[in-house]
Amino acid sequence: MRPHLLHRRRDLELERDLPPRASDVRADLELDAVVAAMADGDSFLSDVALRVLLAEPPDAETVRHRQGILQDGLAHPAAIREMYALAVEAVESRREHWWGMSSRHPSGLLHGAVSLLEALFGTLRKVRNLADDHAGDLTSAGLSRLVATLEAELSDDYLARVERELDRLSFGGGIELGARLGPGNEGVDYVLRAPREGGPGWKEWLFGGRPEGYAFEIDDEDLAGARILSDLRALGLYDAAVAVGRAARHVLGFFRALRGELGFYVGCINLRDALDAAGAPVCIPEAEERGSPTLAYRQLRDVSLALTRGAGVIGNDLEVARVRLGVVTGANEGGKSTFLRSLGLAHLMMGAGMFVAAESFRAGLPAGVFTHFAREEDAGMERGHFDEELARLSAIVDALEPGALILLNESFGSTNEREGSEIAAQVVRALHESGMRTFFVTHLYAFARHAFEDPPAGTLFLRAQREPDGTRTFRIVPGEPLETSFAQDVYREVFGGAAASATDG
Amino acid sequence: MSPSGWFPSLLFPDGRAAAPEPVSPEAGFFRDLHLDRIVASATAGRGRYELDAWFRIPLRDPDSVAYRQEVVGDLEREELRASIEAFAASLREMHERLEGAAELAWAHAARRRFVEAARLYCDAAESLRDDLARLEPGSRGLRAFAERLGSYVSSAGYATLASEASEILMELSEIRYRVLIRGDRVTVFPDEGGQDYTGVVEDTFAKFRGDGDEAFRPERPEPPGMNHVTGRILDGVARLGPGPFARLKAFREEHASFPDPGILRFEREVQFYLAWLDHIGPFRSSGLAFCRPRVSPPPGEVSSTASFDLALAERLRGREGEIVPNDFRLAGPERCLVVTGPNQGGKTTLARTFGQLHYLAALGLPVPGREARLATFDRLCTHFERREEVENLRGRLKDSLVRIRRILSGATPESVVILNEPFASTTLEDALALGRRVMEELRRSGAAVVWVTFLTELAGFDEGTVSMVALVDPEDPAVRTFRIERREAEGLAHAAALARKHGVTYERLKERLPA
Repeated sequence: MRPHLLHRRRDLELERDLPPRASDVRADLELDAVVAAMADGDSFLSDVALRVLLAEPPDAETVRHRQGILQDGLAHPAAIREMYALAVEAVESRREHWWGMSSRHPSGLLHGAVSLLEALFGTLRKVRNLADDHAGDLTSAGLSRLVATLEAELSDDYLARVERELDRLSFGGGIELGARLGPGNEGVDYVLRAPREGGPGWKEWLFGGRPEGYAFEIDDEDLAGARILSDLRALGLYDAAVAVGRAARHVLGFFRALRGELGFYVGCINLRDALDAAGAPVCIPEAEERGSPTLAYRQLRDVSLALTRGAGVIGNDLEVARVRLGVVTGANEGGKSTFLRSLGLAHLMMGAGMFVAAESFRAGLPAGVFTHFAREEDAGMERGHFDEELARLSAIVDALEPGALILLNESFGSTNEREGSEIAAQVVRALHESGMRTFFVTHLYAFARHAFEDPPAGTLFLRAQREPDGTRTFRIVPGEPLETSFAQDVYREVFGGAAASATDG
Repeated sequence: MSPSGWFPSLLFPDGRAAAPEPVSPEAGFFRDLHLDRIVASATAGRGRYELDAWFRIPLRDPDSVAYRQEVVGDLEREELRASIEAFAASLREMHERLEGAAELAWAHAARRRFVEAARLYCDAAESLRDDLARLEPGSRGLRAFAERLGSYVSSAGYATLASEASEILMELSEIRYRVLIRGDRVTVFPDEGGQDYTGVVEDTFAKFRGDGDEAFRPERPEPPGMNHVTGRILDGVARLGPGPFARLKAFREEHASFPDPGILRFEREVQFYLAWLDHIGPFRSSGLAFCRPRVSPPPGEVSSTASFDLALAERLRGREGEIVPNDFRLAGPERCLVVTGPNQGGKTTLARTFGQLHYLAALGLPVPGREARLATFDRLCTHFERREEVENLRGRLKDSLVRIRRILSGATPESVVILNEPFASTTLEDALALGRRVMEELRRSGAAVVWVTFLTELAGFDEGTVSMVALVDPEDPAVRTFRIERREAEGLAHAAALARKHGVTYERLKERLPA
């Protein structure tokens, strides 16, 4: 029995390593701000959020599975939060009983497992009741399946039966073993018999119906004898202890999975609330099949900027287009990096099954999101700047699958424009031909111009918008690459007056 | 049960229950020829069978030797050997159970072990009977045993033993009981059957089974064995249903000494052969030959091809390639091998080989070599230098002569005498004189002799002496080949070659020294 709220047929694996290059993506797209908003102070939620966002993207059906659950959650946040709290409660209860569970002796193990199960079943009952209460509200395939499972598997009869069995498993009336005589007339084939206390016919048996038995007692001082009895008990209990131990681990596993998976949705609800408060729109994106070049958005915003600046943040628009390559040129500080981030985040969140910070968003699911952003030149670096850039690019290439999304931000800028353009042209062409989707923010005019004159199929040219008087709108709109990057404007702004001579692009 | 005279002996054809007095392990020849080491090696690990004594009883007549060689022939058949090894293993287990039966403090447990021993015994006897019938041994020894075994297993007494043992074990295995452990109190009940509660538990939580469950498997506890608690539980079981336990007691009393002594003796005697075959097995695997010699009454032809010192082979285990096999022969009037040559050339080894082959042949066992003809003997005498005796030379010589006189006084045409450098500690002249006198006596006695000596003159004493020489490498006289061949004694020839090699012959010295 498993919740399967993130994947349809398996669990979220919290212990696995993050995919290669994940830490770069996290830094470049400023994921920590998003994750912090999702976590709202809960470090467990922050870990789950990070993992789901950075994980290998699932297929379209799984994304829709998650979107359904998300919609239920956004509509009925209290239910999700309550169930999450119960899952947390269950996982925490393990702490009290773990000493028994890790005991080497079957008796200790049995005792620990029984008490853990008693606690866990208490919580299971509450979870089921909660599910019952909200059955009508939760319409997504994922959640209604979970509710149905809980109702079917955890009926009142079953829960009562478990309670009874757990009670008997404390063997208050002693342990009864059936046995045969083996070689040397030693006892063999020990079989645990059902404990009589509390069972059918118990009173009759106790008060007179017993068949003739032969009894003896171990002396108080007989330590060896006591140990032998303990060994016999252990032998008889072994299989039952293993069965109960496994059951306890599995129920705990169910709650762990529930906690992690619900945690993700709780994080989404937290983020939606924060974006709402900041006046930023959210929408459930239309996710197309992996590798589809479709791209369309209305009022797409950068999430971390939206969280801090709220409604004042500029959104970008794009009519439906088939985009395999996007080249973004234009003024410094014109919003290009922000745009790139917002695009990256939107794809990442869509891939995770979340909403997107836009009024509408439609794109093909990426086979992974990769970033190659210019780094600060670091005096302490062992390699030259350009060398480091190319090494980093190579590492990304190792991890690419067709349909991946790559965001290049001022790549190859650490060498002169001619060289940089030449290399850029080769890289971009190779990526395009291999089925990748590339977005390139660049100052390499030679490259951009050349690409504009002979663009590969599905190329979109975008430009940081600039009013005639030089003010920036921070919008990124379709437009051909222009030679200058308006450094003049910036110079004027900073120093006042025109520059003495034209500066290099 | 039947007297052990019923069962024939596998070692002595006339079925004697008592064998002749074994040779003392301290006997001079036994140690000089390194037979003590050989026997110790061969019997290692089989102390329980007490084989040592049999290895110290050489047979006197060729028919007894043949009787044993026939058994060896049978045991060299793989299937027959395997069947007998299995029988031996079962009986070892039986002994283990019987020891348990004797040692255990809890009567019901001890008696059960006793019945188990009986069942093991019966299974072993019946299997062996079946195998022997099927495999048809050729030796008189095994055929006689097989026939007797067949009668034994068909006898009424045996049938009772076997069926009672089976019935009791069956009865005991059908007993079911329950133990209730509550605090310090233990209660034993009859078992009415019923569910395995573990199944109920597993069922209850079945819906929570998952992958990775198999990984969670803590160590299963060991069963507690027989002790004062489980012993009392067993007492309780016996009280609940005394019938089988009473029969257990009766069985023990009625069949108290069930293993037939004749079968036990067979168990021991067959180990004599198995120990030897196991001992020589590895040597055979590394290419050294063993054979069943043709043994006739003395005096007769004595010869061997490609034989070697078995104790030396044991020392050189792992380096069998270094062993050099040799031949020897005494035919017609020849009765004495005179072996000369350089020191450390293998002469003493040859002398030992001659002695070992005679002795081992007299045990009826396969001996080193590709083929051999040997005779039985009335006594085997050796004279090897004893370092631990009298220090001064005169004392040593006297000692030596006393021993030689003893040898000579008892030597007959049926004896074997081996002398190894007996006069090494006297002057050449004296040695030669004494040597001639002793040789005269030996020739008169008619014994078969091997005499290792530096007195090359003795090699041509008369038509009864044969000269054998330890060869050196013609290229380099310093190199020994360990090959010993019949040829004229070389006297000082090898010394001359050595001197030439080092440039210290006269001629060379004249060239080298200043005039």
